[in-house]
Amino acid sequence: MKYETQKALPPPASTIGVLGWMRKHLFKGPGSSIATLVLGYLAVIWLWPLIDWAFISADWLGTTRQDCSGDGACWVFINQRLDQFLYGFYPEAETWRLDLSFVILMACIGWLVIPRLPAKGPMAVFTLVIFPFIAFVLLSGGFFGLEPVDTHKWGGLSLTLVLAVVGIVAALPFGVLLALGRRSHMPIVRSLSVIYIEIWRGVPLITVLFMASVMLPLFFPEGMDFDKLLRALIGITMFQSAYMAEVVRGGLQAIPRGQYEAADALGLGYWQKMVMIILPQALKLMIPGIVNTFIALFKDTSLVLIIGLFDLLAIMQAAANDPNWIGFATEGYVFVALVFWVFCFSMSRYSQHLEKRLHTGHGAR
Amino acid sequence: MPPDLQKDKGAASSAPEVKFWNDPGKRALLFQGLLVAAILLFAWFIISNTLNNLEQRGITTGFSFLSETAGFGIPMSLIEYSEASSYGRTFVVGLLNTILVSVLGIIAATILGFIMGIARLSDNWLVAKLSSLYIEIFRNIPLLLQIFFWYFAVLRTLPSPRQSIEFLGSYLNIRGLSMPAPVLEDGFGLVGIALVIAVVASVLLSRWGHKRQDETGQILPTGWISFGLIIGLPLLAFFAAGMPLSLDHPELRGFNFRGGMTLLPELVALWLALTIYTGTFIAETVRAGILAVPHGQLEAASALGLPKTRTLRLIIIPQAMRVIIPPLTSQYLNLTKNSSLATAIGYPDLVAVFAGTTLNQTGQAIEVITMTMAVYLTLSILTSIFMNWYNKRMSLVER
Amino acid sequence: MFKKSLLATATTLSIALASTTAFAAGTLDSVKERGHLQCGVTSGVPGFSVPDDKGNWKGLDVDVCRAVAAAVLGDASKVKYIPLTAKERFTALASGEIDVLSRVTTWTLSRDTQLGINFAGVTYYDGQGFLVKKDLGLKSVKELDGATICVQSGTTTELNMADYFRTHGLQHTPVVFDTNEQAATSFDTGRCDAFTTDLSQAYGLRTRMSNPDSVVALPEVISKEPLGPVVRQGDDQWFNIVKWSLNAMITAEELGVTSANVDQKKSDNNPNVQRLLGGSEGLAKGMGIGEDWGYQIVKQVGNYGESFDRNVGMGSPLKIDRGLNAQWNQGGLLYSPPIR
Repeated sequence: MKYETQKALPPPASTIGVLGWMRKHLFKGPGSSIATLVLGYLAVIWLWPLIDWAFISADWLGTTRQDCSGDGACWVFINQRLDQFLYGFYPEAETWRLDLSFVILMACIGWLVIPRLPAKGPMAVFTLVIFPFIAFVLLSGGFFGLEPVDTHKWGGLSLTLVLAVVGIVAALPFGVLLALGRRSHMPIVRSLSVIYIEIWRGVPLITVLFMASVMLPLFFPEGMDFDKLLRALIGITMFQSAYMAEVVRGGLQAIPRGQYEAADALGLGYWQKMVMIILPQALKLMIPGIVNTFIALFKDTSLVLIIGLFDLLAIMQAAANDPNWIGFATEGYVFVALVFWVFCFSMSRYSQHLEKRLHTGHGAR
Repeated sequence: MPPDLQKDKGAASSAPEVKFWNDPGKRALLFQGLLVAAILLFAWFIISNTLNNLEQRGITTGFSFLSETAGFGIPMSLIEYSEASSYGRTFVVGLLNTILVSVLGIIAATILGFIMGIARLSDNWLVAKLSSLYIEIFRNIPLLLQIFFWYFAVLRTLPSPRQSIEFLGSYLNIRGLSMPAPVLEDGFGLVGIALVIAVVASVLLSRWGHKRQDETGQILPTGWISFGLIIGLPLLAFFAAGMPLSLDHPELRGFNFRGGMTLLPELVALWLALTIYTGTFIAETVRAGILAVPHGQLEAASALGLPKTRTLRLIIIPQAMRVIIPPLTSQYLNLTKNSSLATAIGYPDLVAVFAGTTLNQTGQAIEVITMTMAVYLTLSILTSIFMNWYNKRMSLVER
Repeated sequence: MFKKSLLATATTLSIALASTTAFAAGTLDSVKERGHLQCGVTSGVPGFSVPDDKGNWKGLDVDVCRAVAAAVLGDASKVKYIPLTAKERFTALASGEIDVLSRVTTWTLSRDTQLGINFAGVTYYDGQGFLVKKDLGLKSVKELDGATICVQSGTTTELNMADYFRTHGLQHTPVVFDTNEQAATSFDTGRCDAFTTDLSQAYGLRTRMSNPDSVVALPEVISKEPLGPVVRQGDDQWFNIVKWSLNAMITAEELGVTSANVDQKKSDNNPNVQRLLGGSEGLAKGMGIGEDWGYQIVKQVGNYGESFDRNVGMGSPLKIDRGLNAQWNQGGLLYSPPIR
C-alpha cells in the first residue's frame, strides 16, 4: 500500500482573511468586542468632524478672510502668512540665505544619516564645526558683501531651528567635559561637575531664560552687552549641557571596562585614551540619546516666546492677533503643531531605529 | 591628570628622578587647584560686577522687599490673600498654586499614563492603535503649544456665564467651572476620626492576613475588607453625627458666579495639557516596565497554577514597578517643572506670581529669580533623595 | 582637537554677536562711536511703537528715539529698535543694552528713585481706564463690583486697579497676562467683563478686536499715567540730550515750526525760532552735540503735534483727542521750558 500525504485542509474560514483577522484582533472575547465597538463608535464620531473640518469643508485658496466660508478650517491664513512663519521679519530679498543654510544643514544631516555614504567622520566635523560658521555668516551677514541682518529680525521656523541647533551643538563639548568630570577620580572636579549638572537639571528652562534675560546683563561689566538672542542661547546652552552630560555619561558607562584597561595597558595618557579609544566608541552609542535630547530641546525652544523672541509659535500668535485674521488661531495652532510634530516624530523614529541597530553591537551588556 | 593611572604608577612616582608634572597624583592636585582658582576668579568677577552694577545704578538690594505690601490681586489663592498682603505672601501663594496644579497633574497623568501604557499592549488591535496614536501625537508637540491650544482654542469657545452649561448643580462657562463647595459643620471631625481608625485597622488587618497566610496558607480577602472599612466606617460616622455637611451652591449674581468653588479655566487648561503631555511619557514608561518582566516569570506563574488576576498582582506588577518607578519619579519632577509654563496663560503659579508680577513691581531680579530657582532645586533634590532611597531598597530585593 | 574647535566656534560666535561698547566714557560718546542709537520699545502697542508689515517701527515713542538720533547723529533713521517685555525693560536699560527706554513707561517715584533710572520728561499724559462690552449697559466703574478684569502683569495698571477697587469697597477678580495683547484678546473672547489699561493703549487695542464698535470705555480715569522716555541715572549729559530733544519737539509746535516749513523758518527773525533751529551759537555746547540739533529734529521727525497727529491723533486709526496733551496755551499740559 502506498501512503500518500494528503493535502492539508485549509484553515477554518473563521481564522483567515479579513474575518479571521478581525476575530483575532478585534473581537476576541466579550470584553474585547465591547471595547472595539465603543471605541470604534467614538473614533468615528470624533474623527469624522475633524476630517471634515480640516479637509472637506476647508478653504485652501484665496488672499483674505472673505475667501473663507467659515464651515471648515481656513488654511488661507496659513497660506498668506507662510513666509512670515518660516522667515520671521527677515528681509524678503535676503531669505535665500536662510534657505541655503537650511539646505546645507539638511544635506549634512542626510549624509550622516544614510548608512552607505562614506567619510562619516570628516562629515561630522564639517557639520559640527564648519557649518556653524557658514550658517552664521549667511544668517547675520556683514561679510562678503552680504547685508547685515539684525538678530531681532530673525524669527519663525528659522529662529526655532537656530535655537535648537546652536543649543545642541554648543552643548555637546560642554556636555562631554562635564561627563568626563563627573566620572573623574579627582574629587573637586567630580563634585563641581555634579553640582553644575544637578543645578541645571533641577530648574525649569523658563527660569533659566528669565535669568538669561534679566540677570545676565548685571553679571558683566558695564559696556559689555549681549544681544537678546545671544543671551537666550547662552541660557539654553548652559541648561542643555547638563542634560548632554548625562547622555554622554550613559555612553561612557556602556563602554566595557576592558577597553579602559586595554588603553591603560598600552600606556596611553588620559586624554589619548579618551579621544582615541573611549569617546569614538561612546559617541556612537550616544547618538540616540543625543537625538532624544535634541527632540526635547526642539520642543522647548517654543518657550522663548515668554522672553519676547519670535519663534514659530510666537510669530503665529502675533499673526493670529492681526485684526484681519482674528478668529483663526486654531488653524495656526494646528499648523504649528503639525510642523513640530513632523520634525519630532521623524527624529524619534530615527532614534528608535538607531537604538535597534546599535543594540546588536553591545548586546552583551 | 590621568586618574586611572594613579594606582599603577603610584609606586613608580616615589622614584626621585620623576618630575612632579609627571606624577599623576601631584598633577591632579595642581590641576584641581588651578580649576578651583579659575572658578573662584570667575565667581569673584561675576559677583563684583553685579555688586558694582547694582550700586552704581542705585538698584535696591536685599530681601527686605518680602515684608513690603504687594498691592496687587491674585485670582486664586489657597491661603488668605489680599492686596494688603506682603510680597513674601505672594511667594507662598504662588508656591501653593504650583503644588496644587502639580499634584492634580501627577494624579491624572499617572492614571492616564497607566491606562494608555497597558492599552498599547492590548490584544485588541483598535485599542492598541488608538493608544499609540495618542502617544505619538501628543508626545511630539511642544507642551506650551498644547497649553495654548486648550486655553485659547478650546476653552475660549465655552459660553459666557449667563449661558452656562449646567449639570449636577455645577456651571461650566468661559470663566471656569463653578461647583458646589462642601461646607463642614460641627461634628464633621467624627468622620475624620472614623477614617483614621479605618485606615489603621486596614493596615493591621493586612499585616495579620499576611502572617496568617504564612502560617496556615489560607488567604484572607484583606483588600475587600479594607475597602469596606475605609468607605463604610466614615459613612457610618457621617450619618451618626447627623450629616454635618452642607453644600454651598454657586449662584449667578452680577457678573459672575459667587459662592461655591470655581476651577479657573487657566488651571483647567494647564492641568489638561500637563496631564495629556506627561501621560504619554508615563505610558511609554509603563509599557517598557511591563515588557521588562521576563516571559519566564509568566510561565512560572501559570505553572504554579496562579489565576490571571493574581499573576498580575503578585508577579507582574511588583516586578514591573521596580523598572517603572525611577523614570516615573523623574516624569513627576518634569511635570512639576513644566507647570512653570503657567505664566504663559496667567495661572497664578510661582513663576507667574513671584518671578512675574513681584519681580516687575520690585525690580529685584536677582533675589526673586534665585528664590524661584531654589524652590525647584529643592524639589528636585528631594526627588533624587527619594530615588536613591528607593533604588537602594529595591536592590536589596534582587537576587 | 574636535572639542577644542567646537569651543573655539562657540567663543567666536559669542564675540561676533556681542557688541562690546565702552560706555564708561559716557552714553553720548558710545552712541557716536557706534553710529546708531539703541532704543528700547514695546513689542507692539499701536500708536506708540509698532512694526509695520515690513518691520519699520512707527509711533509716538519711536519718534522720541528718532528725535534723539537726529539730534545726536544728524540722522533720524540711525536707530536700532529693541523690543522689550515689561519685565525686561529696566534691566535692559541698566545693563546698557539700550541707550533710551521709550516704552510707554509711567513716571513714578519708586521707579525714579529705586531702579537707578531717570525720567527725561513726559511724552504723553495718560490715565487708566476700563473697556467693557456695550451690551452690558454699564455707566461707571463703580458698577463693576464682582467683575473679572483682564490686565497686563507688571504694570502700574495692576496696582492702580487694586487700589481703586479697595478704596471703593468693590470686589474684583484680576486675570493677569504677560502682554497687553493677550489681555485684550482674552477680554474680547469673554474671559473677562472688563479690560483695563492706559486709555491710549486701550483705544489702540480696541481697533484689533473682532468687533470694535461693541466695546466702549467707561468714563472714569482712575489714575495719572505720565509716560515718558527713560535714561540711566548718572549720565547727566545724556539725560539732558534726551530731555531737550523732547522739549525741542514740543517747543517747535508751540512756535509753529513744522517739518514742512522748517527751512523757511530758518530765516525767520523770531529769536525763539532762531535759538531752536541753531541760529544762536553755543546753546548746544553743554550737550556736546551739533548746533543744528533742533533743526534736524524738526526737519526729520517733525514737531510734537505732527508726531501726535500721525501716530495717535486724528491722522491715525486711533483718533485720540489732544486733551491733556495739548499745548499749555491751548488748555493742555504740554509746557516746554524755554530753549535759550
